[in-house]
Amino acid sequence: MTFLGMPAHAPRGVGHLRGDESFPAAARTALANPQLRRNLQHATTTIRGKSGRVIAELPDWEELRSAGSALKAYTMANLPRLLEQLEEKVTAAGGVVHWAADANEANRIVTDLIKETGEQRVIKIKSMATQEIALNEALEAAGITPVETDLAELIVQLGHDKPSHILVPAIHRNRSEIREIFLREMPGVDPALTDDPPELAGAARRYLRETFLSTRVAVSGANFGIADTGTLAVVESEGNGRMCLTLPDTLITVMGIEKVVPSWQDLEVFLQLLPRASTGERMNPYTSMWTGVTPGDGPQNFHLVLLDNGRTAVLADEVGRQALHCIRCSACLNVCPVYERTGGHAYGSVYPGPIGAILSPQLTGIEDNASLPYASSLCGACFDACPVKIDIPSILVHLRNQAPHPRTEKAAMAAAAYTMDRPKLYERAQRAAKLSKLLGKRGRGLPPPLNGWAASRDLPAPPPESFRDWWRGR
Amino acid sequence: MSSKELILGRIRQALGSSTASPGVPRDYRRGAAPVDLDLLVERLADYKAVVHRVPDVPDTIRTIIGAGRLVVPPGLPADWLPPEVPVTRDDQLSAAEISAADGVVTAAAVAVVETGTIVLDASPDQGRRILSLLPDLHICVLRPEQVVASVPEAVARLTPGRPLTWISGPSATSDIELNRVEGVHGPRNLHIVLWESA
Repeated sequence: MTFLGMPAHAPRGVGHLRGDESFPAAARTALANPQLRRNLQHATTTIRGKSGRVIAELPDWEELRSAGSALKAYTMANLPRLLEQLEEKVTAAGGVVHWAADANEANRIVTDLIKETGEQRVIKIKSMATQEIALNEALEAAGITPVETDLAELIVQLGHDKPSHILVPAIHRNRSEIREIFLREMPGVDPALTDDPPELAGAARRYLRETFLSTRVAVSGANFGIADTGTLAVVESEGNGRMCLTLPDTLITVMGIEKVVPSWQDLEVFLQLLPRASTGERMNPYTSMWTGVTPGDGPQNFHLVLLDNGRTAVLADEVGRQALHCIRCSACLNVCPVYERTGGHAYGSVYPGPIGAILSPQLTGIEDNASLPYASSLCGACFDACPVKIDIPSILVHLRNQAPHPRTEKAAMAAAAYTMDRPKLYERAQRAAKLSKLLGKRGRGLPPPLNGWAASRDLPAPPPESFRDWWRGR
Repeated sequence: MSSKELILGRIRQALGSSTASPGVPRDYRRGAAPVDLDLLVERLADYKAVVHRVPDVPDTIRTIIGAGRLVVPPGLPADWLPPEVPVTRDDQLSAAEISAADGVVTAAAVAVVETGTIVLDASPDQGRRILSLLPDLHICVLRPEQVVASVPEAVARLTPGRPLTWISGPSATSDIELNRVEGVHGPRNLHIVLWESA
């Protein structure tokens, strides 16, 4: 039974949280692409090395992780108060706060705000929240052109592609593929463009410069929203963020409700954790912080849209709610042996990798992403890499218990339990197991539907003698 | 019911009776630590900022800008600037006028040794955010007493209500094969003049 006020999942039919096919099916396609696997292996190996080196420079990394983890737990426990405080402070500083229960409402609020300005084009800073709610599609349907200004987002947008990584959405593309996309899709590009990365970056600079200077509305996400000051923070590298946050008249920021941070001082923790875990830098090139509107400096109209879209449903699960602690650094993707092989598209959601495997099913409801909690070997590398210590493996197991299980599995487990409860029966079953040779090596010869089970698992070979037989004949 | 009431109601429902508010251990390094200017120079240079450790500001700026034209914030001390270099003071200049300059000179609010970061807070000697964004060359004059060892010390020194820009090296991207490449939308050249009075 549901009534108004019950935590709700992200609605179907809007946004990018659900894939067209299950993880195993999509992964099979990705695994057949050797170029993709080479690109991913190269990029994730690079970032793991960089990140490891700068983390090793800090003698208090573990203490920072503990503080970050505790700060997030504190935030979730005090969420209503902190959000109201943030609203009060932003409003006092000249901003306008809007509350969006789901993707549809957020898209409607942003579209209406842009329509009120009379503009037909907006510049965008890379933002997971607006990807999640498919804001670009909603704007296009309303006749508004969204221009992605982050280099990787631009590569994805020009390539008519989908993002495959939280931090570097075009991680699946190498430099020569990026060059080809630019030559094909970027108006006015120099045909002599090479695949030298500084040249590719320079092409993006020239292409977007005029757009930055002539667009009057920007849309951003937020890395942090500080409750006790009303300050918003965006962490970036290229300066496209600074352009969007500084040049337009109107700025609209869409922020998930879990991104609120209790106090100004807490930035001292997150500004150390995020860059080192994320891009493997001591500090990212640019971080912008603004509080409402500053007369004479930057946008004079500021709107903050606070987004639920399934987050309260995640919060309702006492084990799973840790997924809301995520600061979107993507370290868990970079260390995951499954992600490194399948890439991000296989996960179907804008949140790929280990964090996606626990976040997406909880945002949508487990039935819409039932295969994702299994997209892991439970090796635990993600837990070790997470700068706010989210226990991803435990949540994966927790979600596997909630996922719908096939009836054959249930019947087999019930039969096994019955057998193991009865010693005589169990002994006979052990002898019968030797007949499993008939099932072929490692269970590959199992008949349907059991062959599905054996497709990704090995049936252990039965020992030549059981313990009981050995004990008796000792 | 407004969406605000709806969302806050959902959160309270989701939290249920679990209202225990955990404490936050702050066992990481927080106090004031000695400032190592050599390390600051090393960290700035590591992210491709050009550092000048000098006793004299105008001479250094002349060397960097050559025959170029500068824009400066309204409160930048006049005696920092070489007299023969053409300078436009920002008095609500247009974006096009700022873009047309070859470089901008600003002061800074704080610098962080450990991360090689300078922070601007839009004070009169640093100016509007647009000023240090559009020119391709940013010259930032830093005094030793503005330098702190760590991020927590910098956060404590800054005033949250001001527009803040944390800068660590020139504009860069990690979007191509996850390697850092300098030179995208922000200034591609960052010069730090570390002004150590003789």
